[in-house]
Amino acid sequence: MTSREKILAAVQANQPDLTALPDLSGFDGQAFGSLAQFAEVLTAVGGKIFHVANYAAIIKIILAQYGSGVRIVTQLEELKKLTRDNLESLSQIHDLHDVEVAIIAARFGVAENGAVWITEEEMQHRVVPFIAQHLAVIIHEDAIVPTMHQAYDRIANTTYNFGTFIAGPSKTADIEQSLVIGAHGPRSMTVFVLKNS
Amino acid sequence: MIKQAGKDHAELADDFNRDEDRVNWHDETLWFIREKRDKAAHKIPEWESLREAASQIKNNVLSNLNNYLLQFEKNAVANGIEVHWAADAAEHNAIVHRLINEANVVRMVKSKSMLTEECGLNEYLAKHGIEVIDSDLGERIVQLAEEPPSHIVLPCIHKKKEEIGEIFHKHLGIDAGISDPQFLTEAARQHLREIFLTRKVALTGVNFAVAETGEFVVCTNEGNADMGAHLADVHIASMGIEKLIPERKHLGVFLRLLTRSATGQPITTYSSHFKKPRAGKKMHIILVDNGRTVQLGRQDFRNSLKCIRCAACMNTCPVYRRSGGHSYHTAIAGPIGSILAPNLDMKQYADLPFASTLCGSCSNVCPVKIDIHEQLYKWRQVLVKEGYVPAAKKAAMQVMAGTLSSPTLYKLAGKAGRFTIKYAPFAVSNSLNPWFKQRDMPAAPKQSFGEWYKQNRD
Amino acid sequence: MTVGLFIPCYVDQFYPGAAIASLQLLEKLGVTVVYPTRQTCCGQPMANSGFEHLTSGCNSLFIENFKDFDYIVAPSGSCVLHIRDHLHDDNSPETAKAISGKIYELTSFLTDILKVKTLQANFPHRVGIHQSCHGQRGLHISSMTELVEPAYSKPESLLKLVNGIDLINLGRKDECCGFGGTFCVTEEAISAKMGKDRVADHLDHGAEYITGVDMSCLMHMEGILKRQGSKVKVIHIAEILNAG
Repeated sequence: MTSREKILAAVQANQPDLTALPDLSGFDGQAFGSLAQFAEVLTAVGGKIFHVANYAAIIKIILAQYGSGVRIVTQLEELKKLTRDNLESLSQIHDLHDVEVAIIAARFGVAENGAVWITEEEMQHRVVPFIAQHLAVIIHEDAIVPTMHQAYDRIANTTYNFGTFIAGPSKTADIEQSLVIGAHGPRSMTVFVLKNS
Repeated sequence: MIKQAGKDHAELADDFNRDEDRVNWHDETLWFIREKRDKAAHKIPEWESLREAASQIKNNVLSNLNNYLLQFEKNAVANGIEVHWAADAAEHNAIVHRLINEANVVRMVKSKSMLTEECGLNEYLAKHGIEVIDSDLGERIVQLAEEPPSHIVLPCIHKKKEEIGEIFHKHLGIDAGISDPQFLTEAARQHLREIFLTRKVALTGVNFAVAETGEFVVCTNEGNADMGAHLADVHIASMGIEKLIPERKHLGVFLRLLTRSATGQPITTYSSHFKKPRAGKKMHIILVDNGRTVQLGRQDFRNSLKCIRCAACMNTCPVYRRSGGHSYHTAIAGPIGSILAPNLDMKQYADLPFASTLCGSCSNVCPVKIDIHEQLYKWRQVLVKEGYVPAAKKAAMQVMAGTLSSPTLYKLAGKAGRFTIKYAPFAVSNSLNPWFKQRDMPAAPKQSFGEWYKQNRD
Repeated sequence: MTVGLFIPCYVDQFYPGAAIASLQLLEKLGVTVVYPTRQTCCGQPMANSGFEHLTSGCNSLFIENFKDFDYIVAPSGSCVLHIRDHLHDDNSPETAKAISGKIYELTSFLTDILKVKTLQANFPHRVGIHQSCHGQRGLHISSMTELVEPAYSKPESLLKLVNGIDLINLGRKDECCGFGGTFCVTEEAISAKMGKDRVADHLDHGAEYITGVDMSCLMHMEGILKRQGSKVKVIHIAEILNAG
């Protein structure tokens, strides 16, 4: 008997009678939902938020914050002038070790926790939003859902190889519960909320 | 686990309490987290319904686990993930070892996985010449200090920043005398970045695995699991079989509860969903039993398997806060550890279900509504029946039960003052009496209520 | 209505004042109270130590003593919880079940059954309320800080009816005192430390008295207060509600 068969047989023998799954439709997120709340929570978890009218405004803010001398990576056509990298033709992901800023489009944000949902498609390489010293994310102002329930309604059966919710900069409180921003991932997270044109 | 000379919880707690200032500091640090948890929970009007939903989902998982395991395996394999099954800790460790060998390396980076602590993976691999570096800051600190984690979410919560500075001075070469958490974290960041960039195998834990899609979710605040996994050629994810959930949408329930319960944050910084390996790279998942199927068969204790490892029960536990995680001498400390550990070894962990006042706070904070304190009570009954309590205690209890079953003997014992001596240790002023060490006895009344009643009313 | 008064063994032996106050208070409120004199103990000391299987003698005795009353009332949350959750008898399971359903902790009996709205009591002192875990988390006599639920407290609502009383706030409203039955001696270090911390919270907030529904917790805190040479006293809630 393989371990697989052993485990499955033991589970089958020991598990209790089938119980029903709960109905989740009551979690309608009515107490949550606004962009203002998203901004408030994101700020509380250490993120920064800018409401911008267009990509030109984003470029201006990025350059003002980080200058033009640092390595910036992005997949976004509209921001191509900020980067000298072509992530698609990168030979070795480890070459990303000195990226200062990564700018990535997110699918949507979640009001209750300030998180944004990003999949590998937007990242090009999975490590990008983690290895950069600073992360910038762009979402559309109408792409805010109230809670994680609506977040998964929105994700539904979409396909992705890798996807992640990111809520603020990397952080730790492992040393005496003192909050330190910038553990292993980005030291800052900026979210640009793009107004509908 | 590093074993501490066979001492039981009470003895280890006694050691911990020699430094009362430190106990106060430990208690207050963890109480602060409990308060943050309360604040976060109270911001969610439907909090109690969420707990109930989470509990029902986990009950369903336990009742249909064989199908979910098969469904998960099928979908994970279709996603290109290699699935392994480990009946016990030894098999788990051997699988990890084999996968490291297959990658032709002798070094691995690992993010937090309590399962690997439970399996003693680091010690096993060290014996076989494999270097493992823990990448969670707290875990790295205790690893350098050659100690086990004392808490499942905050592994080095028992360490003061000055001590951490000393450890980093010794091992990472920072200047002596530094205790600023910002500086220490930065030092660890630089040290571990080098590790992430050079390790070809990365192991992570698993918070949730979705049967419907064959994906798994790993939650961290530091980003260490992602840094390790996305830079390595081989990603190994170790998970207990009970970590499965039926559908993707159920993640909504658990991700709302997990971090609010754990630290009071609305969600961890990163909640990463691993569905397929990177092009040309390998992803393995090891499904581990190690006693879980036995626990599944214990009707009174099976729902301990609903645990999502948030540690809220530890932060709220008035005993844990004052005895420290190491006093539980098992990988998972605190109330939940005390109901999981006896399943693995009743003899070794017979003390743990007694390391509680049964106050019930643990059950109230549990996001999946495990009846932790009731299981502690039930484990006591099992451990007594199986003969894991001292014979003297058993004899005393038998005498006590005999006296208390008989009104005549009870009254006699009261009159003769024997009640006091035998059944109320707090009433004997004797230096050998543990009650009297720090507490005075109650004043003896002139008569018992029974005597008063007879005189005044009967 | 005839109520059977259940007085826990350690209250009978060490704190007759709490028992007398419970009896007098119920009588003042017009209840016919009977104290079955053959009673001893609910069996909890054995059960919580893992020896529930040795409690059948206590169980039969309890059933024999209390089966015929409309209600059973005890000045203790802990013992009532034990009877509610664990009283059983293979020979008369229905009677055991009925008893579990009609036993009340004193303050819940006052608020839920007698629906007491006024009291003729005076207690002009600063008082801290200790929430005993079994009454609170087991019998739900007050809301719990862990849960997202509306705030309420049956003992506190009664104490607020007492003239002159000044109820203090605490840093930690419902933390365990560390008594825990045999825990108080088997885990001496933690038990005493928990007791010291709970007492300190009351002292820091200026309590003259610490009260609660369970004499066991109060006895624990009294042991610490006395050792510290404190003038602060513990007092069972029945004695306050019956005062003056």
